[in-house]
Amino acid sequence: MSGKSRPNQLFRNLNAKIASIPMILTASVIFFGGTLWTIFYSFTNSKLLPRLKFVGFSQYERLWSTNRWLISIENLLIFGFLSLIFSLAIGFLLAVLMDQKIRFENTFRTIFLYPFALSFIVTGLVWQWILNPDFGIQKVVRSFGWDNFNFDPLYDAEIVIYGILIAALWQGTGLVMCIMLAGLRGIDQEIWNAAKIDGIPSWKTYLLIIIPMMRPVFVTTLVLITSGIVKVYDLVVAQTSGGPGIASEVPAKFVYDTMFLKQNLGQGFAGSTMMLLSVLIVLIPWAYLEFGGKKRG
Amino acid sequence: MVNKLSLPKKIDLLPGPFGPKPRKKISQRNIIIYGTLLLVSVYYLLPLYVMVVTSLKGMPEIRLGNVFSPPLEIVLSPWVKAWSEACTGLNCDGLSRGFWNSVVITVPSVIISILVASVNGYALSNWRFKGADIFFTILIFGSFIPYQVMLYPIVIILREIGLYGKLGGLILVHTIFGMPILTLLFRNYFTSLPEELFKAARVDGAGFWRIYLRIMLPMSLPIFVVAIILQVTGIWNDFLFGVVYTKPENYPMTVQLNNIVNSVQGVKEYNVNMAATILTGLVPLVIYFVSGKLFVRGIAAGAVKG
Amino acid sequence: MPSVSVRGLSLNFGDVQVLRNLNIDIEEGEFLVLLGPSGCGKSTLLNCIAGLLDASDGQIFIKERNVTWEEPKDRGIGMVFQSYALYPQMSVEGNLSFGLKNARMPSDEITRRVIRAAEILQIEPLLKRKPSQLSGGQRQRVAIGRALVRDVDVFLFDEPLSNLDAQLRSELRVEIKRLHARLKNTMIYVTHDQIEALTLADRIAVMKGGVIQQLAAPQLIYNKPSNLYVAGFIGSPAMNFLPGQIVVSGEEASFTTKDGASISLQGYEASTSLRQGGEAILGVRPEHIQIHTEPIPGLTIPVTVEIDEPMGADSLLWLKFEQQSLSVRIDADLNCQEGTIYHLEFNIPKSSIFRKDTEERI
Repeated sequence: MSGKSRPNQLFRNLNAKIASIPMILTASVIFFGGTLWTIFYSFTNSKLLPRLKFVGFSQYERLWSTNRWLISIENLLIFGFLSLIFSLAIGFLLAVLMDQKIRFENTFRTIFLYPFALSFIVTGLVWQWILNPDFGIQKVVRSFGWDNFNFDPLYDAEIVIYGILIAALWQGTGLVMCIMLAGLRGIDQEIWNAAKIDGIPSWKTYLLIIIPMMRPVFVTTLVLITSGIVKVYDLVVAQTSGGPGIASEVPAKFVYDTMFLKQNLGQGFAGSTMMLLSVLIVLIPWAYLEFGGKKRG
Repeated sequence: MVNKLSLPKKIDLLPGPFGPKPRKKISQRNIIIYGTLLLVSVYYLLPLYVMVVTSLKGMPEIRLGNVFSPPLEIVLSPWVKAWSEACTGLNCDGLSRGFWNSVVITVPSVIISILVASVNGYALSNWRFKGADIFFTILIFGSFIPYQVMLYPIVIILREIGLYGKLGGLILVHTIFGMPILTLLFRNYFTSLPEELFKAARVDGAGFWRIYLRIMLPMSLPIFVVAIILQVTGIWNDFLFGVVYTKPENYPMTVQLNNIVNSVQGVKEYNVNMAATILTGLVPLVIYFVSGKLFVRGIAAGAVKG
Repeated sequence: MPSVSVRGLSLNFGDVQVLRNLNIDIEEGEFLVLLGPSGCGKSTLLNCIAGLLDASDGQIFIKERNVTWEEPKDRGIGMVFQSYALYPQMSVEGNLSFGLKNARMPSDEITRRVIRAAEILQIEPLLKRKPSQLSGGQRQRVAIGRALVRDVDVFLFDEPLSNLDAQLRSELRVEIKRLHARLKNTMIYVTHDQIEALTLADRIAVMKGGVIQQLAAPQLIYNKPSNLYVAGFIGSPAMNFLPGQIVVSGEEASFTTKDGASISLQGYEASTSLRQGGEAILGVRPEHIQIHTEPIPGLTIPVTVEIDEPMGADSLLWLKFEQQSLSVRIDADLNCQEGTIYHLEFNIPKSSIFRKDTEERI
């Protein structure tokens, strides 16, 4: 009896299993295996090609004493933090406005969302042009009479990261707005009616009732934005090429340059492992909150 | 049928307010709402305006004016130059080369990635088997991992199977990284279809592939359209994979664009640059404007994970 | 002095007339039920009274005050919703006190009201809990409590029991009746369930298509429905309808069916005259029919047994007459074979006759 059931188990749903081979391979070999491989080799001495010479944590020590890496981390933190706050705030505010039963809702949504359809390269290049000191915003404001106006995020190391921020917000807030609007629309109309009968003014209802009810939406959006922030690469390449100098360097670009242009795989692997860690720091608590309860039950 | 007994004679209204409350059309509330929306719209539309306007000016006019001023004289030569003459570091063929490269990359990638993911999503929704959920979870988690972590292992794998630097390699990469969200999209869609259809087909004796081809596919046109929109936009706009996994003569449009604008020394031809930028963004933009609500549906699917 | 008055109230959504020229006077302390199927306008009417919807025409008075343009919070009403609409992240206490805190009431007054409401509704032990930790019945009590603390004149209920299972529904139905007896406030209650309407109401307004079909006490609606629609809607199992003619000869009036069976209409209380005769529909409830084994001329009609539906204490017997099926309530112990022929006698004083063209009661 038991001898017969063994081979049957494997052949049950054979077609489904065959159809799922790409997923199985991708998940196990690429995602799981590839990640492990990179982490593993970050402890080696690889240069142009992967080498199996273990050097402990020295790649990491070197990484954290490299100025370029430190600047990229600092940029990522500033950019990430501001990006998160502004995306959520602007996205939510726009969603609230759009939820007011306005006319031309489709038109406005089309306007707010079209940047999302563009490549980061396109976004970076057009903002590079707008922020151009000789022809762009700085020139325009100066031509109105404010001769001392300085706004040169492309060449001013102090504020270059804010130029990138403006471009990133332009591209991404439309998406946040769409998600928030969907969340707002998911709230039962009767809650609004109850608040109206209780005499609660609109702004208070949003603040004390609606936003707490939308906590899951905010959390999901936060996770999405965070994973996007860590990946930021194309935008920097297009808008500033990491400059001026290395002032707008970001980890993703650091890793790419180190791996493929500087032929220092070991450093690249260490950098990407650090990037992975930063994502996991956000991802694991979220996954635990979302799914931990269900797995127990 | 309206009962005559219940429609009473018109009763005189008592003094005082009656009917709907009078509300001003141009209230303070409306001004704040529409005003803010319009102002924000300016922020969003400005770059588009700047792109178009710059691409239609001659260089002398650009040097004299600023990015916001409309063209005094409309010139179409920047567009021609961007398409067929602009120089990257390697050659001076313009963007047309990159455009066709992108087409050659995008079309097969979209088709293959969608086919693979749709069959996969179907398998997950109707034919659950042991371990399926574990792999799916890893797949979804994997989509959050920064690509940089997996870049080099993929290079090695592609080299081993002889696809590194070739078109097939890039198609494979796009299929791999498109899998998480597409499989999720299809799985959720197929799960939402009535189970009775599937059960009836099985009772009739149909097997895995037959049900997929005869029943699932014909009913999934909307979700396929959403998937196509997502993939065409994502793959066309890709830069990282294009630059890592192809040889320079196969660079997609985005990589070419970056080279044209950023790696040219000497005189920068801003109008050509802007024309080139618009050309690169044109394909996904057109899809976006044409598809409207379906586009929103696609990204909403990506946002509502698990 | 009516507690709530609606005059000439109409509401259009675009081209659709949802409410047509409604006029109702609700007395102080009355429990009025708005009854009807979905889409009849009952919830819309309630929302207009509450101030959540603007009427297209007409006026609303609450306690003699014209509130047609007033905000909901200024109308002196409290409302209970179908989905409870409790604020999910606040405790029960928070839910009850939120509106009062917003109105800057002194905190000892708030506490007094909350405790009083909790006491009346027996939810004191639940005060610290969140809505997600409550059962459906408990949530609905909290929803009622939220209206109670407002210390208002009029309570509005929008299908409050529809989301509960059958057993809870009957429990809470009694609670609401007790509440009304204790508080004696005016209550306006919307439902599609006729049992709720019949048990709770002082008066019922049966609505269809934005129009009130009949506004009367439950017994009157049950015994003397004013039109065919009300007659068919109220009462379960439903009333039987027989098409035919009123035949008048001298002082006697009788009802002749399509195939010629004749029933005397003696004893029928007509509101207008039967003398007009004409095509009509005779309506009789299953419990107002008696079964005879032998025919009584001029009084009974012959029928054939089709099928028997046992319902515990009684059975519902379905019999074929002419082209239709009639239902009769019989004792569960009686065993009726399919195909047997019986003769039905109708309780004419308890029946209703409707004109075929206007569908109104004669």
